[in-house]
Amino acid sequence: MVKSPITGGGVRLRINGSEHLLQIEPRVTLLDALREYVHLNGTKKGCDQGQCGACTVHVDGRRVLACLTLASQVEGLAITTIEGLAVNGSLHPVQEAFIRHDAFQCGYCTSGQIMSAVGCIDEGRTESDTTVREYMSGNLCRCGAYPHIVAAVRDAAQAMDSGEGRSR
Amino acid sequence: MNNFEYVRATAIPDALKAVARQTGSRFLAGGTTMVDLMKCGVELPSALIDITRLPGLDTIEAGPTSVRIGALSRMSDVADHPTIRKEFPVLSESLWRGASAQLRNMATIGGNLMQRTRCSYFREPGVYGACNKRDPGSGCAALEGINRGHAVLGTSPSCIATNPGDFAVALVAFDATVHVENGKAQRRIPIDDFFLLPGDTPDLEHPLSSDELIVAVEVPTSSALRRSHYLKVRDRESYEFAAASAAVGLELEADGRTIRDVRIALGGIATRPWRARTAEEALVGRTFDEPTVRGASRLAIEGAVDHGENRFKIDLAPRVVARALLTVGGIT
Ligand SMILES: Cc1cc2nc3c(=O)[nH]c(=O)nc-3n(C[C@H](O)[C@H](O)[C@H](O)COP(=O)(O)OP(=O)(O)OC[C@H]3O[C@@H](n4cnc5c(N)ncnc54)[C@H](O)[C@@H]3O)c2cc1C
Ligand code: SF4
Ligand code: FES
Ligand code: FES
Repeated sequence: MVKSPITGGGVRLRINGSEHLLQIEPRVTLLDALREYVHLNGTKKGCDQGQCGACTVHVDGRRVLACLTLASQVEGLAITTIEGLAVNGSLHPVQEAFIRHDAFQCGYCTSGQIMSAVGCIDEGRTESDTTVREYMSGNLCRCGAYPHIVAAVRDAAQAMDSGEGRSR
Repeated sequence: MNNFEYVRATAIPDALKAVARQTGSRFLAGGTTMVDLMKCGVELPSALIDITRLPGLDTIEAGPTSVRIGALSRMSDVADHPTIRKEFPVLSESLWRGASAQLRNMATIGGNLMQRTRCSYFREPGVYGACNKRDPGSGCAALEGINRGHAVLGTSPSCIATNPGDFAVALVAFDATVHVENGKAQRRIPIDDFFLLPGDTPDLEHPLSSDELIVAVEVPTSSALRRSHYLKVRDRESYEFAAASAAVGLELEADGRTIRDVRIALGGIATRPWRARTAEEALVGRTFDEPTVRGASRLAIEGAVDHGENRFKIDLAPRVVARALLTVGGIT
């Protein structure tokens, strides 16, 4: 059993492969831990209530919402953020596809879209535009870049399938 | 968000002991209801007992006589379970048509049954004082307020909040059982007894005491469960709660037209997941055809009362039931 008092204590987070020991209260969400304590600002805060997907990250390889996850809850688990997708400076195929398809306008939703798209492709939900729309529905885009986002996800899935890209 | 003590339990007895130790302690599973409502200022726990690392509670057993789903199974894992998808469609559909892919990866089956209403007055204590569910005796702002999403069945003068769950509708249609335990005893609660009507006490939603842990839900298999469907109608195509939904199942006699068994439950329109037994009884023994189905579907909302904006649900719900039944019956 692990206990953390109201006043908080040390929480060890494994983010993009490196360990961070944070002195935080139990009420700090993973989203706030990433942005305010680890200063990884790529993960965005849209609604802070589970309704927009801007805060999507991966925990143990699954896409989840950082705004409804307490940092204490994911202690020791593998957390991947948008900053962790590129390897040695080369972009992830999904990042490349978003650029190729101009799949954003203001860009605020984009890191969440990309993290969610990587999950969507991993889960094998890319056989049609309809399937991509359904399984990407948790990521809202206020600019309405949806047609380009759907195209980017399907293109990235194909690129990764044919081995041009690399898997996560 | 209020501050609280965090306890990560690694064995069931520890979790049960920890939750019983101080008043105001609550279980934390996926957090998609709990953390959300803490941010709204609705939930103010003194301690959260994190149960997500308890071993053995996330197994899914699809056997010949029943499907047993551990309380910590994630919505996505149950929805994507090959046997459940193939053999018991309503259980998978009612899960993947809820929330979003990210939320389904977080949310657990136990938490899902315990999710709270989306009534905006309930969710905003800072703005709206009157809510009997949050603060017994304070009134109900929804009665004279914006109530397009509110219930038309099972309401009381105290509360008209809709139970927003989808999976629970399927559980109610197919007679599931909820397995719970505390430090002293285990018990099985029939799903019909698990969701309380608001009556004069809308703050009480379940018969669980605060130290009881849901460990599993069990759904008996049946021919109707194998020929089942969940239809969810909503304001947008995905990532939205139901305006009206129906979980249905059908078994025909050997003649291929006489109804032997039929299950109907509705969601999005009632204060609890709503089993439509009168409609079921009107169908058993009858020939399965469109006029019969449409006639019986209207019985599903017997006794419905609207509060103005939610009137459309009284027209919509029977159509959703009929379309769901016609779909499983092969008439589209
Ligand atoms: C934006 C959004 C959209 C959504 N859309 C839908 C939808 O379309 N359809 C739908 O059905 N749902 C929807 N939901 C609700 C979602 O399904 C629930 O929030 C989720 O299932 C709750 O599970 P959890 O594990 O996250 O529970 P938690 O938030 O961890 O817990 C919820 C409650 O249950 C209690 N609890 C949890 N586990 C147990 C247990 N094993 N025993 C006893 N008590 C327990 C907790 O103490 C708490 O009170 C949506 C939620 C959000 C935020
Ligand atoms: S409908 Fe129920 S939950 Fe909503 S304001 Fe009225 S009492 Fe509160
Ligand atoms: S910020 Fe998490 S879903 Fe909107
Ligand atoms: S690009 Fe602006 S919100 Fe999506």
